[in-house]
Amino acid sequence: MSDPTHPGAPVLEVADLSVTFGSGPSAVRAVRGLNYEVRPGEVLGIVGESGSGKSVASMAVMGLLPPHARVSGSVKLLGTELLGASDKRLAAFRGRTISMVFQDPLSALTPVYRVGDQIAEALTVHQDLTRAEARKRAVELLDLVGIPHPAERATAFPHEFSGGMRQRAVIAMAIANDPDVIICDEPTTALDVTIQAQVLDVLRKAQRETGAAIVMITHDLGVVAGFVDRVLVMYAGRPVEIGSVDEVYYHPLMPYTMGLLGSVPRLDQGERGRLTPIDGNPPSPAALPPGCPFEPRCRLAVPECRLAEPPLRPVRHSRHLAACIRAGEIERGVVTTVPKLPEIPEEGEERPPRESRRVVLGVEDLVKHYPLTRGAVFKRRVGTVEAVAGVSFDLREGETLGLVGESGCGKTTTLMEILKLARPQGGRVVVLGRDISGLVAADRMSVRRDMQVVFQDPMSSLDPRMTVYDILAEPLRAHRVREPGPRVRDLLRLVGLEPEHAARYPQDFSGGQRQRIGIARALALEPRLVVLDEPVSALDVSIQAGVINLLEELKARLGLSYLFVAHDLSVVRHIADRVAVMYLGRIAEVGQVDRVYDTPMHPYTQALLSAVPLPDPVVERARRRILLEGDLPSPADPPSGCRFRTRCPLYKAIGETERLRCVHEEPRVRPMGGDHGAACHYAESLDVV
Amino acid sequence: MSGHVTLPDEQLAEQSSPGGVGVAVPSRGRVVARRFFGSWGGRAGFALLAVMFLAAFAGPLVYPWGYTDKDFTAFLTPPSPSHWFGTLQTGADVFAVTMRGMQKSLVVGLLAALVSTALAAIVGAFAGYFLGWTDRVLMWVADLLLVLPAFLILAVMSPLFAAGQWPLFVVMLALFLWMVTSKVVRGMTLSLKEREFILAARFMGVSPTRIVFRHVIPNLSSLLVVDATLNVSAAILTETGLSYFGFGIQPPDVSLGTLIADGSKTATYAPWTFWFAAGLLIVTVLAVNLIGDALRDAFDPSARRAR
Repeated sequence: MSDPTHPGAPVLEVADLSVTFGSGPSAVRAVRGLNYEVRPGEVLGIVGESGSGKSVASMAVMGLLPPHARVSGSVKLLGTELLGASDKRLAAFRGRTISMVFQDPLSALTPVYRVGDQIAEALTVHQDLTRAEARKRAVELLDLVGIPHPAERATAFPHEFSGGMRQRAVIAMAIANDPDVIICDEPTTALDVTIQAQVLDVLRKAQRETGAAIVMITHDLGVVAGFVDRVLVMYAGRPVEIGSVDEVYYHPLMPYTMGLLGSVPRLDQGERGRLTPIDGNPPSPAALPPGCPFEPRCRLAVPECRLAEPPLRPVRHSRHLAACIRAGEIERGVVTTVPKLPEIPEEGEERPPRESRRVVLGVEDLVKHYPLTRGAVFKRRVGTVEAVAGVSFDLREGETLGLVGESGCGKTTTLMEILKLARPQGGRVVVLGRDISGLVAADRMSVRRDMQVVFQDPMSSLDPRMTVYDILAEPLRAHRVREPGPRVRDLLRLVGLEPEHAARYPQDFSGGQRQRIGIARALALEPRLVVLDEPVSALDVSIQAGVINLLEELKARLGLSYLFVAHDLSVVRHIADRVAVMYLGRIAEVGQVDRVYDTPMHPYTQALLSAVPLPDPVVERARRRILLEGDLPSPADPPSGCRFRTRCPLYKAIGETERLRCVHEEPRVRPMGGDHGAACHYAESLDVV
Repeated sequence: MSGHVTLPDEQLAEQSSPGGVGVAVPSRGRVVARRFFGSWGGRAGFALLAVMFLAAFAGPLVYPWGYTDKDFTAFLTPPSPSHWFGTLQTGADVFAVTMRGMQKSLVVGLLAALVSTALAAIVGAFAGYFLGWTDRVLMWVADLLLVLPAFLILAVMSPLFAAGQWPLFVVMLALFLWMVTSKVVRGMTLSLKEREFILAARFMGVSPTRIVFRHVIPNLSSLLVVDATLNVSAAILTETGLSYFGFGIQPPDVSLGTLIADGSKTATYAPWTFWFAAGLLIVTVLAVNLIGDALRDAFDPSARRAR
């Protein structure tokens, strides 16, 4: 196999890599025969869902697995075998020829040493440098990865860095010795989209500088589309498809890849198609089916699939491999996986226009400030965190409002203020026509009945000590419904679970099923408004699609209104009718979802949307990114006037006199046609998706 | 809004058929009981404790000797068919007094442990969940009891326990056992309170008291069961200690503590005066520990055993 685009001998060759934990019948075969190679300057993406073995494989390559893991096969770095090599020998390679960028940048840096010293240490371990030289080089590296005032920041400790800056520092450390291979294990998963865009940009720059090959491990199909040359799809510990990113995305040959691509909501597609979830759950690595591990979930499965595990073999040409006995048929177009999907039931006849529908939830100038105190015995107030600083929006009957923003923008605080049903510090919250500040106990109960919530983490939102029956019966009992039994059974059916599941505990279910139980609990009292706090962000893509479909179906069938809080802009585009973008405790832009996504007016919305990677390689490569500088300012000390001006690309482009207005005058959300509004003095539309 | 959830006809038919309704959903109590008796330790501990209770309460009814009777023909005789566990120096029957002592010790130990653990759970959970004044007052009381010399107060109060007032003794014992646990419970409640399932219950309209009893305390059950188990031993030993010094259980009544205290003097040349009482104390604590372990596993759905 020769690669026309990346000539030269492979720098990293992985052959028949297997990793097994434990032994005997309970042995977990986490990786089962992984083969790949990367050449200088090439970027290989390894994608797969949680539990597919992608991270374990990369740890095995680095020799970082615990001793009880049994690793076999071969890992050759520049022709030298790494498997079985002594730690001392490996140490000569690690950091010098091969380096790694981890997911969690906080735990990748030692908290008690200065960042600059840690980078300098990475240098002096492998190079013969004096302390001063190493320090100087560390500052250069920090400058290279885009840390402002690098000389000053080099003396800071990791906890003084924000998440994005820490990840930059880790990248600086990874490229310090000009390695030949950089393994990135989910390098941007813990970061917000605008920071993710910055970090990916830094990684690209780092690759250009060093000419290294990158192995990019991620579950985000959008990141892969724009960043990698070749992609390897893993499922149940095995590679199931390898090929160039264009071929795999546009002509996938393995039903799993097809399913994965079909289940991702797209930022650039507005129409209300149903997503195609993959049925079922990934198999447990301790109990794999005898045949193709994907067979139980595959829409194209035939009886032969159950006989033996199909090998990975070339299909279209020597560089596109797939592990499916029907790959040939798929390639010729004889069969496709386009499934017949149950249509979303139509929502009655034509919905009345928005203005004439009832306001289910009205929020006006909501304020929530937290006092910032210091001192253990005598608490003094040293400042105020303005978590929510005057937020207004309304949600009408039968509508989904997406509340989006990056971490720290105040979206969760807004949600909690609404759900608490207590008098807000400032402003008004009106639920179903009732102002929550004047509620008496009985009214509060009836509002609670109409407004329910689904949380993000399906593990912690269900009491582990209660059976599913008790969990679902709890809201019914709290509102004095007699005989919850039949209702519990209906609810389980409604969310696609079996009534027999009622006797089990939450831990017996997978993440997607648990989230369904959470949804069933929220629907138990037939509410009219459901507040969803990141309901799908903890789930894998293929599972996520099923839950999104369920939410859409329930909304249409039961006439619900959703307040949908999320940081994933693609999911919001898919599910929401209207969207409100928050930045630092304020609404930046609000309007119809298609209008906001197609013609965003606020510079922040524009930057946010342009930062979201699309799972479409050609489009993704052609896109122009608006990179925001720096991090979110602290909500304890927000900038005067427009809160976005410190990072605003528009602010930099306008003249001195116009800038004065941004500094001194707080922009209100002003109408930009229809119910579309943006909080910017100089808003203009820009096509970014 | 009702009526939006429409079910197809076949589902309705399924519902009205008797088989459809029969989704067996056991209550939490029954699940815990099944899992408790499904484990070896649970069965053994329960059987052991049941036998001891039976022996302590039913034994004296069929045994010819009462605990106040004296056999003036047999002083300090080893076990024999007429005196199963032998006799004391006074001619009292060891079996009779041991059973009488066990009655007291079992009741006092188990009750004091249950009361103190329940008190710790409730005080700690309420203080941690409500915070504010509830917390301040409850923790102030706990701190106050921590600094009071428990042994001294019990000793001073001992005349009150004389005339069959053992329930008061149980309460007093429990009152000095709960403080440390309640502080632990309070701390755990603080972190539990932020968990999403508690928030979910709150936003559902479940009353705060109900949340404490249905969500907070069951999720601390592992800690509480272990604590109760330890408290049984602690209560029995405290009672033993008090009785040894002549406080606590007053003569002519006896407890395992007074028996061990008396028996230890003659243990070297008349082992039966000491070892039966001491052995039964050990067996009691062992049975309680077995039950505690099994209960902890039964309460915890993620425990691997007993499933």
